[in-house]
Amino acid sequence: MSDSVPHAAKPLVLVIDDEPQIRRLLTLTLEANGYRVVTAERGQEGLVLAAQQAPALILLDLGLPDLPGTEILRRLREWTAVPVIILSVLDDETGKIAALDAGADDYVTKPFNSGELLARIRVALRHAEKKSEPPVFHTGHLVVDLASRRVTSGGQEVSLTATEYNLLRLFVRHAGKVLTHRQILREVWGPNAETQTHYLRVYLARLREKLERDPSQPELFVTEAGVGYRLVPVPEPA
Amino acid sequence: MSDDFRPDPDALLAAISRAERAEGSPTRGRLKVFLGMSAGVGKTYAMLEAAQKAKREGRDVVIGYVESHGRKETDALTEGLPVIPRRTVEHGGVTLSEMDLDAVLARRPELALVDELAHSNAPGSRHPKRWQDVAEILAAGIDVFTTLNVQHIESRTDTVRQITGSTIYETVPDRVLDGAEIELVDLPPEELMKRLATGKVYQGERAEAALFNFFREGNLTALREIALRYAAGRVGRDVQDYLQAMQIEGPWKTGDRLLVAVSASPLSAQLIRWTRRMADSLHTEWLAVHVESARNAVGPAPPQLTKNLALARELGAEVVTTADEEFSRGLLRVARQHNVAQIVVGKPGGTWFAQWRGMRRLQRLLRQSGSVDILVVRADELPATAAGPEAVARPAASQPVAFERDVDRSRAEQYGTAIGIIAAVSFANAFLAPLLGYRSVALTYLFSVVGLAMFLGRGPILVAAGLSALLWNFFFLPPTYTFYITNVEDGLMFGLYFVVAAVLGQLVAKVRGQEQANRRREERATALYLLTRDLAEAASADEVVRTVAKRIGEVFHARAALLPTDSQGRLEGKPHPASTLMISDKEHGVAAWAHHHGQAAGRFTDNLPLAEALHLPLRAGGRPVGVLSVQLDAPSPPSLDQRDLLEAFARQTALMLDRERLRDSEQSSRLVAESERLGKTLLNSISHELRTPLAAITSATSGLRQAGPLTPVQVALAGEIAEASDRLNRLVRNLLDVARLEAGHLQPHLDWCDPADLCQVALKNVWPQLAGRPVVVNLPSGLPLVKADFVLLDQALSNLLANVAVHTPPGTAVELTARLGGKELLIEVADHGPGLAPEDLPRVFEKFYRAGSAKAGGTGLGLSIVKGFVEANGGRVEVANRPGGGAVFTIRLPVGDAPSLPAELA
Repeated sequence: MSDSVPHAAKPLVLVIDDEPQIRRLLTLTLEANGYRVVTAERGQEGLVLAAQQAPALILLDLGLPDLPGTEILRRLREWTAVPVIILSVLDDETGKIAALDAGADDYVTKPFNSGELLARIRVALRHAEKKSEPPVFHTGHLVVDLASRRVTSGGQEVSLTATEYNLLRLFVRHAGKVLTHRQILREVWGPNAETQTHYLRVYLARLREKLERDPSQPELFVTEAGVGYRLVPVPEPA
Repeated sequence: MSDDFRPDPDALLAAISRAERAEGSPTRGRLKVFLGMSAGVGKTYAMLEAAQKAKREGRDVVIGYVESHGRKETDALTEGLPVIPRRTVEHGGVTLSEMDLDAVLARRPELALVDELAHSNAPGSRHPKRWQDVAEILAAGIDVFTTLNVQHIESRTDTVRQITGSTIYETVPDRVLDGAEIELVDLPPEELMKRLATGKVYQGERAEAALFNFFREGNLTALREIALRYAAGRVGRDVQDYLQAMQIEGPWKTGDRLLVAVSASPLSAQLIRWTRRMADSLHTEWLAVHVESARNAVGPAPPQLTKNLALARELGAEVVTTADEEFSRGLLRVARQHNVAQIVVGKPGGTWFAQWRGMRRLQRLLRQSGSVDILVVRADELPATAAGPEAVARPAASQPVAFERDVDRSRAEQYGTAIGIIAAVSFANAFLAPLLGYRSVALTYLFSVVGLAMFLGRGPILVAAGLSALLWNFFFLPPTYTFYITNVEDGLMFGLYFVVAAVLGQLVAKVRGQEQANRRREERATALYLLTRDLAEAASADEVVRTVAKRIGEVFHARAALLPTDSQGRLEGKPHPASTLMISDKEHGVAAWAHHHGQAAGRFTDNLPLAEALHLPLRAGGRPVGVLSVQLDAPSPPSLDQRDLLEAFARQTALMLDRERLRDSEQSSRLVAESERLGKTLLNSISHELRTPLAAITSATSGLRQAGPLTPVQVALAGEIAEASDRLNRLVRNLLDVARLEAGHLQPHLDWCDPADLCQVALKNVWPQLAGRPVVVNLPSGLPLVKADFVLLDQALSNLLANVAVHTPPGTAVELTARLGGKELLIEVADHGPGLAPEDLPRVFEKFYRAGSAKAGGTGLGLSIVKGFVEANGGRVEVANRPGGGAVFTIRLPVGDAPSLPAELA
């Protein structure tokens, strides 16, 4: 399929990583899946390339030797809204949260599965296109009609409180993307509630109770341990 | 006078030490005083009633010392209260019984009853006075009930003496009563007289009170008024304290400090007491100031001055000594430095000459006083005995008496020298007169008088001048051997000679006195400066001690030892090796007392005065750092100056020791931080080096499987690679987790977690490893949130589940249950496998421990990580075999108070 797409129409991905092997692998994987790739070894170099080449997406390693990841994000966000996906190591939840709060769109934990990475890239690119929100959102058995504020699960209409609906709408708007605790709390309960994680725990449990097919094995509202939550777009059941 | 407004360094030091004292232990016991106007009003009875009430309220009350005088009602009230046996002391053939202070302290009750606060202890006791015993009990955190008659309050003794004409020797300093709760035991005088008449007052008390003419109705009324006013004044102050604490605006002025001028006169004591009462009623601080001038600075400080200043200190004054040739200038300088509003001075009295001099002084003070008010207070002539209450009341402290005798002897010696020299000169003149003529002989007399002035005080010089004039007249002026002077010229000569000799002698003595005073101050300043300089250069605690010991040896001709405090705040058993004084066990006991109570103890103090050395506690930053022990070779107590200097030395030493200690602890904490940082860097780089190739393998394998059509063999091979790298990945993760736990770098990020969510996430992590096993999940709704680190707990729970997958046969069912058990959340991972051998049960959480039955694979790290992570979250993990076979692992997490939820939910 990759060969059928004209060269110019292929989205350009900028990979900033100091490990040559990871750069090579990512290049291979991405090019095999219909993307063009430029790579940078250092943060500075990456920033220059981001300005010159205007990539459609950036894959950024958090452990660069010259600049901290959050600093690169800060400089990028001064002038561009290009989607950025973080490549991070396990056990670095603090770093992930800091990067997400600094404007990264998503993250992938090393060692990552290439299927997972490609899915994240697709979600990020779709969000970046900023097409007007579809008035009706489908995932699995869940249907959310944003225009009429109707929520149905497996065809049954579900009644939500105002806060529950606000929370759901936030997830729908960022479907497929990870949302940090802080981002959710700020959007739904306001800037003063950023540390009130327990609100979130309680409301998530309620949303799952009302919307998941099996609340003991959630498929839609997935917990990203130590970071936040993600609403997973699941293909509609046949 | 440019230095008028410079803060007085002594005042600063005093303020610092006061602040240090104020920080004292918060567990100090509370004092309650049952105050009566006189013996026989029922203070002991009231105290025992209160004690019985406290006992009924469940408090641990003991009798430290109560004198019932055999009264039945009183005896009845002591029933049920444990009594600490008294200590008996033999003194001069009489057996005295005293409170056993050590037994009371060892018994550690909540409340101790100690009768008669003003009592003087038998000689040889630890303290001369009972109120000092009480202070020690209070300092040990024990509450005390005590009784006191109003005439024993230091600041009221003058008034009592004026009313009854009797001088009270057993006094209690007012500061002891500061902060105490006062309960007035009141009885109308007629009632007391009636009790007296019917024999209800004990014979001994009657005798005492009768001695002081107390039992006259007029006197009783006056005493009652003093007691009532004292109690009322205290209430007034409590109210003021409250108002000020609550920051309620009131009519009082702040900063209205009082200053009383203190001299060597016995009348000063009255002024000091008067000022204390005044300061009390104004609720303000006060200073006692002695202005030292060349005239009064010659020789050691007069004992009366020392006594006066000690009295002021006992009554709570800040004592300042300053030097100035002019009394009023010195006084006003101190007044301005200390923000004083009113100065109290005595009304000039005595002989007409003393009155004239006093008036001139007063006029000068008034002229220069500016904005400061001057209060002139009348001080009565005292009966001669009143000057020495301490000497009478403290037979144990024989030092001041000996000191006085020393001074007298040196005076007598001076006069002896003066007379001797003049006699010798007269003898020489007998031979010179025929050669030089009788007029020239006068010059040799004059020469000797001036010469004597270089060494002697003003009195002896005056005597020498007078004596030499008379001798000259008698032996050399014609007609010789008579006092007649026939010649006008000789008469003039005689008069002029006397005046010149006297004036010259006085001038020389004065100049010398000034020079001596200056030298003493300079010596003091130099000594302190040299000490500070050497200490600033001292690079270690050893050098600090060596420097201090050396300087004390040079300045005080004394040996010194330093007992440092160990890390637990106890005094070390051996003095610092650089000390120059050996500390015997007995002296160490005294030093330990000083250290524990934060008061000077040993020789020349009120605490354990029979010790050989003086022990000064060292405090810095509000905590004890050691004890400085000094053995002065001189038999007389150190002068005020020396004592001040010694205390300044002690403060400097304390500061320096504290500095050394801080430096040491800073260095070691920097080392720890550095090694932690290194450890973290190393861990991070190892983590990076191990994981990067793993990431490449995983990513490449998954890419391979996605890339396109593979043969079944290739798919299988890719699957093997993927599984192996997964396993390697888990191993690396476990190793790094163990390393993190070992290094102590684990910093749990505590936040609210939903236990159900936690179980679901962990289950999802190990889902591939649990493939082919029935999994029963039991998560009741409504589990409370727990405060924990989600990631660590997720890891712990995943490891537990993975452990089941590794150690049970394929197909074995796994149960995951979360439930509430008391104040704990229990997460259980159970299986129906073979279970654990009993000998393995206590050891499975040990690092690298592998059960005997374990199949190959696994490193024995997983469960030790579980334990480490769960404990980092404040929880516990347990393992047991199930009755029906299989093992159950339980994570127990504390459940705190539920967080508040937004209104919509609540």
